[in-house]
Amino acid sequence: MMAQTIALRVAAVTPLSPTLKAFTFVPAAGGLVPPSGPGAHLRLFLRDGAKLHKNAYSLIANPADRSHLSIIVRRVAASKGGSAFLHEQVGEGDVIEAGLPANLFPVTRTARRHLMVSGGIGVTPFLAYIAAFAAEGTPWQLHHFCRPDEREVFAALLAPYAGGSLHIHCDGTLDGLDAALRRQPLGTHLYTCGPESLMGAVLGQAQALGWPKVRLHSESFGGAVAGGEPFIAVLKRSGIEVAVDAETGLLDAIEAAGVEAPCLCRGGACGQCLIEVADGVPEHRDHFLDAEERASNRFIMTCVSRSRTPRLVLDL
Amino acid sequence: MNIPFKPNETFRDDYSYANSDAAVLRFPFPFPDDNYMYSVNIEPHVPGGPTPAFDNPFDVDEHYVAECRERAKVLEQDPSRCKVLPHMMAAEWDTLELIMESFATSYPEHFTLTREGINWTWENRPLGIRDSFTFGDASTLPLPPFEYITRQAQGDFTLQDQREDNLFIDGGMVTTQADWSMDFNVGMTFHQWHGPVPLAHEKGVFDRALKFLLRLQYGAPVRRLNWTMTVNPRLDTSPENYPQWGPDRTTVTPENVGRKLHLRVELQSLFRLPRSNAILFGIRCYLCSIEDLARVEIWGKRLHRVLRDLNPDIADYKGTTRYREMAVAYLAPFDDGAALPTGTAPRQSTLPPRSTLTSRG
Repeated sequence: MMAQTIALRVAAVTPLSPTLKAFTFVPAAGGLVPPSGPGAHLRLFLRDGAKLHKNAYSLIANPADRSHLSIIVRRVAASKGGSAFLHEQVGEGDVIEAGLPANLFPVTRTARRHLMVSGGIGVTPFLAYIAAFAAEGTPWQLHHFCRPDEREVFAALLAPYAGGSLHIHCDGTLDGLDAALRRQPLGTHLYTCGPESLMGAVLGQAQALGWPKVRLHSESFGGAVAGGEPFIAVLKRSGIEVAVDAETGLLDAIEAAGVEAPCLCRGGACGQCLIEVADGVPEHRDHFLDAEERASNRFIMTCVSRSRTPRLVLDL
Repeated sequence: MNIPFKPNETFRDDYSYANSDAAVLRFPFPFPDDNYMYSVNIEPHVPGGPTPAFDNPFDVDEHYVAECRERAKVLEQDPSRCKVLPHMMAAEWDTLELIMESFATSYPEHFTLTREGINWTWENRPLGIRDSFTFGDASTLPLPPFEYITRQAQGDFTLQDQREDNLFIDGGMVTTQADWSMDFNVGMTFHQWHGPVPLAHEKGVFDRALKFLLRLQYGAPVRRLNWTMTVNPRLDTSPENYPQWGPDRTTVTPENVGRKLHLRVELQSLFRLPRSNAILFGIRCYLCSIEDLARVEIWGKRLHRVLRDLNPDIADYKGTTRYREMAVAYLAPFDDGAALPTGTAPRQSTLPPRSTLTSRG
């Protein structure tokens, strides 16, 4: 089963700096965009000639009226991927396919106070966070780290909240954060988004100061990207070879080849899609098999798991 | 299609609730096999299934008006049945948005949602409701958003907040429940509120289900069926009201078991809510007398086998101990022992009259 997608039309492209552009999308077919919440991201399917880039970008606003979706994209130096394509080849009126908004970096609603630490373009989810906190009246503080030449760009993005607890640091160190990490009231949650090195340092420092793990949150698009190495599934009983590409799941590929396979939840939990493996080594991604069954490599849950070997022979 | 509502039927006192033949045939029968055991029986909640009860995100049927009236009565006597913790306000609006959009799309002849930006107008013609309000501003609605909309829907609803790699039951509207209490469970984690269920913990059912649900995606809801049995067509079998319905279990006789004993099926649905990242859990309750179920040949036979061979721990947990033998004896004459196909579809489009069956039984 393929995930749902939506066709979005680019309503506005706004250059913010030599490497930053804001894109605003509306539904290509009219009507309303899907609802989303602070921390949600949008996966864009960018067709660049024969290449397909699937890039995830944080939504910078979650408008209650669902009139539009907005992201900010940094053109990565020497990028041959999606960001260069967006910057150079996408303009107003173009239509782009996208997944439904998903959220891997949600706000903790029970927090009494929110402390956010961003680096560079990592500020984007926090633009949506702050809007929500401001609307609800929950106390917040943001520490943003960036290069001196981009201070004005980020100050402009954060201008609507200039009266709040905003700190922009450009000295190339995290020194400005130390005091904030040391004196937060009980019940504060910490969120960080930016380069891996910054997130690692922030979380390390917080843990060293005794912050409980459940109060620490960092953005990661890891779970947004399924797929993996392509492989060939050999269906022994049907005598069919199914090519499973990097983006398609094994079960989806088997079904697309016209072979009926058992399944129910399609999320690796129910156990219905279990198939015996005759040859090859599965890459287990399910929650169903126990450690012993995994180690034996005798079974695979076709809905979520893949193959470690170029060929996987299944009793199907 | 206009649904022929039965606004005056009751779920208490004289129990005038009854299923039309069409309602029996659309019942979400829960047993695909002759044996029942707990499993992670979750599947994508996409339109379509063995009966029309699966055709829409939220099913509205002939009992809609009467059930909403029954809910109002329960809340009047016990307002604690609806409880939402303060940090769930975004999830309240999510629920209102989801149910209004679904109803208006699924049943345009009965419900209309008109939107101009954040200015919304909601029309619910079966209940005679028309309200204009500002989306996101609770002061513009006559009730808090979650209570407002779930008073207009069949079945119970709970809200699960996701944090600390767990789900917390932080809100709910629970008036048609199979012996559990929202007031008691509010704030519990996933494993805490499933604590009383026998066997399934040992089988790892809840560990796997939780991992699955933590990854539930917006736009990809899932569903499962759960079941128990209830004496008389009573929706509110709550622990709070146990003194009112518990003794009914002693009133079942071999003569009245067919009409009195109801299979109670919950069509449970789980939706990731987009604004709050919470999960909405819908628990839609369907009641059908075993006399009516036996009018569907495949269901009568299968129900006989499932009840006859039910694991004693499950039989006990579901509260069937006092009347299970009587139900099995009632259903036995319908079961010729022939092998049945896997699945739950009724495989017939009309029902024989009730009287024929009574003589056969």
